[in-house]
Amino acid sequence: MARTSSARKPEATARGPDGRGRLAAVRGRGAAQAASLDQVIHERKRLAIVSALAVHDSLSFTELKALVGITDGNLSVHARKLEDAGYVECRKGFAGRVPRTDFRLTSAGRRALDGYLDHMEALIRRTRDG
Amino acid sequence: MPPPAGAGRVALCVTKYLTKWAPGASMPGMASQSPSPRGTAALGDRALDNLTFIRDTMARATAFTGVPGWGGVGMGASALVAAALAARQATPRGWLAVWLADAAVAFLIGAWSLGRKSRLLEGAALTRPARQFFLSFSPPLFAGVLLTTALWSAGQGRLLPGMWLLLYGTGVVTGGAFSVRAVPLMGLILMTIGAVVLFVPAWGNAGMALGFGGVQIGFGLFIARRHGG
Repeated sequence: MARTSSARKPEATARGPDGRGRLAAVRGRGAAQAASLDQVIHERKRLAIVSALAVHDSLSFTELKALVGITDGNLSVHARKLEDAGYVECRKGFAGRVPRTDFRLTSAGRRALDGYLDHMEALIRRTRDG
Repeated sequence: MPPPAGAGRVALCVTKYLTKWAPGASMPGMASQSPSPRGTAALGDRALDNLTFIRDTMARATAFTGVPGWGGVGMGASALVAAALAARQATPRGWLAVWLADAAVAFLIGAWSLGRKSRLLEGAALTRPARQFFLSFSPPLFAGVLLTTALWSAGQGRLLPGMWLLLYGTGVVTGGAFSVRAVPLMGLILMTIGAVVLFVPAWGNAGMALGFGGVQIGFGLFIARRHGG
């Protein structure tokens, strides 16, 4: 699947023990950090989708919609962006005669979330270090 | 003599971009390469906010949804039957026997419906939130068993309905901390009824019909519709 260039950035800077590589990348750049964040999952609704999927093998469209608290249309749009980035896998099938859509976090999506968490922790450490 | 080719373009460029040039001037954006302390603190706050958001979302997503709604309806229905039977008993011992039998029936209904819903949810009863639910739910029930024996032996059987409702409600509230919101809310209502009945023992049977019967049926239907099973 296609992956956006912004999606690769956190993985590229996440190297080093305890996220030191990321911390080094953070240090001294200030507001420019916002640009180096993974913009695909930085958006709140997409971050919620990825976080919810991180603790489940898979979630149905209805379950995910209830957990994140968004409309059908919004969930479709955000899920499509995550799917395009290769972070989420979508499976369509039937439960009896009723159509059912299930979402699952891919390994790339899990790495992206780990990278995002590292990035946030590095920012907090930077704040504490002054 | 005509001006050389491009001279007009150079003049235009100078006019357009360099008219406000002054020695010593610098671009504002280049003045500092490190963020101000206030900017760094704001970034840290946002990062902390994002981490909290992720943690909350994960906690919400892992809430134990294996609480059986239809099981609650069944337990409530058995409590209504028990309340009707207990009210007809001539002796306190008969009254106690009816409610203890209902407790056993309710336990079986709960265990069966929980197992059924767990199978539907592919092992929900084996998840960490489920274990936390039962670890929090069980101690008040165990305390209830001991207090029932002690109070009955001391001739304080009239305090049992309030104590049962209060402790069962406490178990539902503490266990419900790891479940969907409806569960702790149901526990709070049971605790409120229990608190009232504890100080007005004459309402004991009616309070149990309302709490163990009506409240459980109402929330059971809600959970069954909203969270399945």
